[in-house]
Amino acid sequence: MILDGKCPTGPIEKTWDKHRFDMKLVNPANKRKYKVLVVGTGLAGGAAAASLGELGYNVEAFCYQDSPRRAHSIAAQGGINAAKNYPNDGDSIYRLFYDTIKGGDFRAREADVWRLAQVSNNIIDQCVAQGVPFARDYAGYLDNRSFGGAQVSRTFYARGQTGQQLLLGAYSALARQIKAGTVKMFPRTEMLDLIVVDGEAKGITVRDLVTGEIRSHVGDAVVLCTGGYVNVFYLSTNAMGCSVTAAWKAHKKGAFFANPCYTQIHPTCIPQHGDKQSKLTLMSESLRNDGRCWAPKKKGDKRAPGEIPEEERDYYLERKYPSFGNLAPRDIASRAAKEQCDDDRGVGPGGRGVYLDFAASIKRLGEDTIRERYGNLFEMYEKITDENAYKVPMRIYPAPHYSMGGLWVDYNCESNVPGLFVLGEANFSVHGANRLGASALMQGLADGYFVIPYTIANYLARTTPGKVKADNAECKKSVEDVNNNLKKLMSINGKKTVSEFHRELGRIMWENVGMARSEQSCKEALKKIPALREEFWKNVKVSGSGAQFNQDLENAGRVADFLEFAELLTRDALYRNESCGGHFRVEHQMPDGEAKRDDENFCHAAAWEFKGVNAEPELHIEPLKFENVHLAIRSYK
Amino acid sequence: MNLTLHVWRQNGPKDPGKFEVYEAKNVSPDESFLEMLDEVNEELIKAGKEPIAFDHDCREGICGMCSQVINGIPHGGLERTTVCQLHMRMFKNGDTIYIEPWRARAFPVVKDLVVDRSALDTIIQAGGYTSAHTGGVADGNAIMIPKPEADYAMDAAECIGCGACVAGCPNGSAMLFTSAKVSQLAVLPQGKAEAARRVNEMTGALQECGFGNCTNHYECQAACPKGINVKFIATLNREYLKSMF
Repeated sequence: MILDGKCPTGPIEKTWDKHRFDMKLVNPANKRKYKVLVVGTGLAGGAAAASLGELGYNVEAFCYQDSPRRAHSIAAQGGINAAKNYPNDGDSIYRLFYDTIKGGDFRAREADVWRLAQVSNNIIDQCVAQGVPFARDYAGYLDNRSFGGAQVSRTFYARGQTGQQLLLGAYSALARQIKAGTVKMFPRTEMLDLIVVDGEAKGITVRDLVTGEIRSHVGDAVVLCTGGYVNVFYLSTNAMGCSVTAAWKAHKKGAFFANPCYTQIHPTCIPQHGDKQSKLTLMSESLRNDGRCWAPKKKGDKRAPGEIPEEERDYYLERKYPSFGNLAPRDIASRAAKEQCDDDRGVGPGGRGVYLDFAASIKRLGEDTIRERYGNLFEMYEKITDENAYKVPMRIYPAPHYSMGGLWVDYNCESNVPGLFVLGEANFSVHGANRLGASALMQGLADGYFVIPYTIANYLARTTPGKVKADNAECKKSVEDVNNNLKKLMSINGKKTVSEFHRELGRIMWENVGMARSEQSCKEALKKIPALREEFWKNVKVSGSGAQFNQDLENAGRVADFLEFAELLTRDALYRNESCGGHFRVEHQMPDGEAKRDDENFCHAAAWEFKGVNAEPELHIEPLKFENVHLAIRSYK
Repeated sequence: MNLTLHVWRQNGPKDPGKFEVYEAKNVSPDESFLEMLDEVNEELIKAGKEPIAFDHDCREGICGMCSQVINGIPHGGLERTTVCQLHMRMFKNGDTIYIEPWRARAFPVVKDLVVDRSALDTIIQAGGYTSAHTGGVADGNAIMIPKPEADYAMDAAECIGCGACVAGCPNGSAMLFTSAKVSQLAVLPQGKAEAARRVNEMTGALQECGFGNCTNHYECQAACPKGINVKFIATLNREYLKSMF
């Protein structure tokens, strides 16, 4: 099946404005007759719930955390892009659009990316109006900094806590609507199923994480904003609760999953310290503004960094990519770091690390300036590693960070299941095969504040409010299915803990489907994953009961879904017989080791249809057309 | 290293609760405190016992979810550090560690170390926002904000809403939390129009939620993992007084 992304036609600059005009509207007096269920309340979900509530819809919002303020968007530190051109360095909506298409290695839709670039400017204004304390200069104007993958300074920031401040902005807008009664908030509530009635998404089944109660909520549309799935690798920069569960349940109910093998490996994480580790911590990419990456030239050089003289250091990013240098995009910087380590020139315990050195910047700007710019990051680094990065270079290594794949959506952010909308990291739309820095916050807020309020109206205007009631047979069946699944998990009473299974799955995924993959490694993983899944359902041990607060059971459900999803991710990686973005198939590389794309055969989104847990999924293709930015080899040299 | 843990176990808000003793063995100094607890939990699960329930999520010190009183001090007493960023190198082989939930009237225990902090959301819902509508706002540079004001707002905005200030306060007061939001918005031009109403409604909510009052112990500042300064409580009081005229 050829999928239709429903992109507006005509000159790219007019697409979003034209589309906004063409879409149907819902009369203000009718809006309150509709109920919208928003799942996840991070940047995308919080912004969507607040905006839809403010418009007058009845909104019910759900999150698994104890408060919407804890969504993992909060941890994005570096900044948010916008094409304001305040620094007068040549930025424009077109340039942001161009950089994003190219940065995504030509695997994103042009129209979606154009819209993102266009509304990016509104986002900054919106957040300023909410009281987000963006950095300002002494005159009082907004300050900017540069970020990976761009040669202009277009990144707006709030110290090293931009994600936190933007999320708190959306959270406060949401709080205002909760007070006004337009949004009903359900914290500590996890979505465990999607309810589809007559082919349309009309509700969700949730578990109250405090009481264990399983119940359905019905509405006129469902908006999923549930973030990414890279915890499939076990160790990642995601929060512990981040899971694929909501998206996966929607997939099992018919929503296509697009490009699941596109995962971003972030270049600047603190290296792993041991096998008991639960989580990796990201250091903001903005550090590469002033930090220089290097590795010793000599193999197996175990000297302290200070004892390695200048001429025996390889500033490999500056050497290989002179025009972007240390600000090369994430996939390039990640792969380059891995190359150094694979070549036995890595540093730190286990040799899985490279240096990020601030000595030159401290000499040029002074320690105070560096402290002003990155103080909190240096503090965090010291807490974790016990090293003072003002004195010795930081050690960094790539780690799974962000998912570019996700549920397939059209230009309206609507999945192939009518009434099911997917926003932010949970959808696949704008990043292509790779994500540039400071663009995730941008997408979350663009979708939540400036896309869904318009596009959902176009759906709701064509649907009768309250079509499905709570006593619908599909709701009952869904509650029953969820209950049975939980009972099954509780009844196995095997020998291995949920975390043991998760760690094992993570190892299979990182080794075979991580930064570098081959046909052979993917096939290897496709043998191991179903075997592990089978063992899970025979030998997992979940403690406590389902009718109470039970974190072990929550975790078991999430890992069970990862065990199914991992197989789809691997199949997609195997199918995509090319290298692009952070996705690197070792069979496809340029003579100099750069990723080699195959535009003839793979210039499309691969969207998979669920056909059963042990059955092969069906592939659907959405061809991608590049009419404004012409397909070209991505070069940062 | 090997450690002895005294952990507060409580089945629900009505359960009396008590300390249970566990051994944590072969703990690596590079682990975080929560990773140490993860391992204790793995052992408990394997032994057929219920693991210790505790709140945690980002494990990067920013989401504000983790909440444990360790040896009598919220977040364990290392300056400007959340539990998830507390590392085991701070402890010695043979140490005994007491782990308890946040204790405050406004934070009922959900289970073990997990408490219900929704009262903090109630305070924000009372007025911790600017009433900006989505879309149609002015350009971000249309209203200039001098750097000192922006920095002051940012200092206040760093609050992660973990509730350690409440747990540390002998009165169970949430004044530091509330003052941070009031101060952030009161100093910015965008927040000034509603400043009087905001401070009134937020302090009203404080009382309704069952938080105590501030009597200048400064324990909140000592407990705060983000180093939020008590000067914001002075700003809160000033804003409150101003709102009367």
